[in-house]
Amino acid sequence: MKVTLIDYGAGNPTSVERALQRLGAESVRANTPDCIASASTLLLPGVGHFGTLIRALDQRRMRRPILDVIHRGVPFLGICLGLHALYASSDEAPELEGLGLVPQQVRELPRHVKLPHMGWNQLRATNPANPSRLLAGIEPAAHFYFAHSYAALASDQDDLSAATCSHGANFVAVLESRNIFAVQFHPEKSGTAGARLLQNFLRLAA
Amino acid sequence: MSLASRIIPCLDTDGERVVKGVNFVGLRDAGDPVALAARYNAEGADELVVLDIAASRDRRPTFLETIRRVAEQLAIPLTAGGGIRTLHDAAAVVRAGADKITVNTAAVQCPELITELSAAFGTQAVVLAIDGKRIHSQADQGDHWEVMIRGGREATGLEVIDWARRGIALGAGEILLTSVDRDGTQKGFDVPLTAAISRAVSVPVIASGGAKLPEHFAEIFTEGAADAALAASIFHDNIQPIRELKQFLAGRGVEVRLPC
Repeated sequence: MKVTLIDYGAGNPTSVERALQRLGAESVRANTPDCIASASTLLLPGVGHFGTLIRALDQRRMRRPILDVIHRGVPFLGICLGLHALYASSDEAPELEGLGLVPQQVRELPRHVKLPHMGWNQLRATNPANPSRLLAGIEPAAHFYFAHSYAALASDQDDLSAATCSHGANFVAVLESRNIFAVQFHPEKSGTAGARLLQNFLRLAA
Repeated sequence: MSLASRIIPCLDTDGERVVKGVNFVGLRDAGDPVALAARYNAEGADELVVLDIAASRDRRPTFLETIRRVAEQLAIPLTAGGGIRTLHDAAAVVRAGADKITVNTAAVQCPELITELSAAFGTQAVVLAIDGKRIHSQADQGDHWEVMIRGGREATGLEVIDWARRGIALGAGEILLTSVDRDGTQKGFDVPLTAAISRAVSVPVIASGGAKLPEHFAEIFTEGAADAALAASIFHDNIQPIRELKQFLAGRGVEVRLPC
């Protein structure tokens, strides 16, 4: 299986590539609409600013093919900003439209805690009766590496959240809906727990 | 369930080899950065910092190659810095595999650099390193620390708290705070300095300088209010294995990540 990594110019897919490589998965960087359209597994690694990501996707005319591919049922994994991109918009750049697959808005975390939310934190399953597919086999107490100031608040969500995390507010840490997966943390930087999560995604995509 | 206190080994390199010194002077060889990175990744370090402390610019390509080789070993975040003066320098370090960039002297000389870096890579990627030294003054009995640059050798006249706040307003997402008074002494972290800064700012603070004993770490996370603690030689020389340190901290009620 080959994973198509969306390369929008401002991100840095190298560490995700390395993590996939360690799991024996092949990956290819996509920086044109055509490369995305032909993907069989799609991954959007995102770091930095929501505005930079959305503008880059539009400048490179990637928005349409990403949505088409996802609607076709191709497995998709968004990482960090790649989760935010799925939403209608973000407080970080309120003038821009996200991909809109989730109708809510990404918010700034409350300022009574230290921001960015930086470091290793634990998750809480949203609905233990319907366990997360990405977190299968991972110790519930496992820590994952976060580095962000904006998040999809859990109070704003319907039933897409598979696990939440808390830093000033409860927010979506793992989102799962049919073929769409997204995580607020960086699995590629989250040691063995992160590697297991990526492996789970690869299995689900296979 | 809360954010874990981070343990961060630091590799000071001359570009190619890990070196170490006392009070920023008297360097000696302390090993291969790639081998150390692999060891720390496996032992449960939460993050790794790699600094280029070579004065000479012609060591730069060697340092970038070191970052690349270190990054290959890691499934944890990597911060790199030392001698980053421009957006161009920072971009090269990020391309080589660093998740965060740390700036120190160049940021004091040109504070706009912080804003440029945060616009390009995001606030979460910009670590403002501050070397602080206590000001001893007869007239003023309060606690004051001055920002030192050029590896702790040159005074700036800036107060650490003021500079930290300004750096954050300009776009820094984290403060790497080194006590010049404690660095290399193994007498423990500078608790008053770290607590003063950590309580005054809105971003995470990494305490650095002076660590030797597990108690020093417990103290800096509780009384010192540090979000992360950094050390070098005690980890390189295996005086303090990371796994045991974390078990000790967990026993003291400090939230840590204990990898299986």
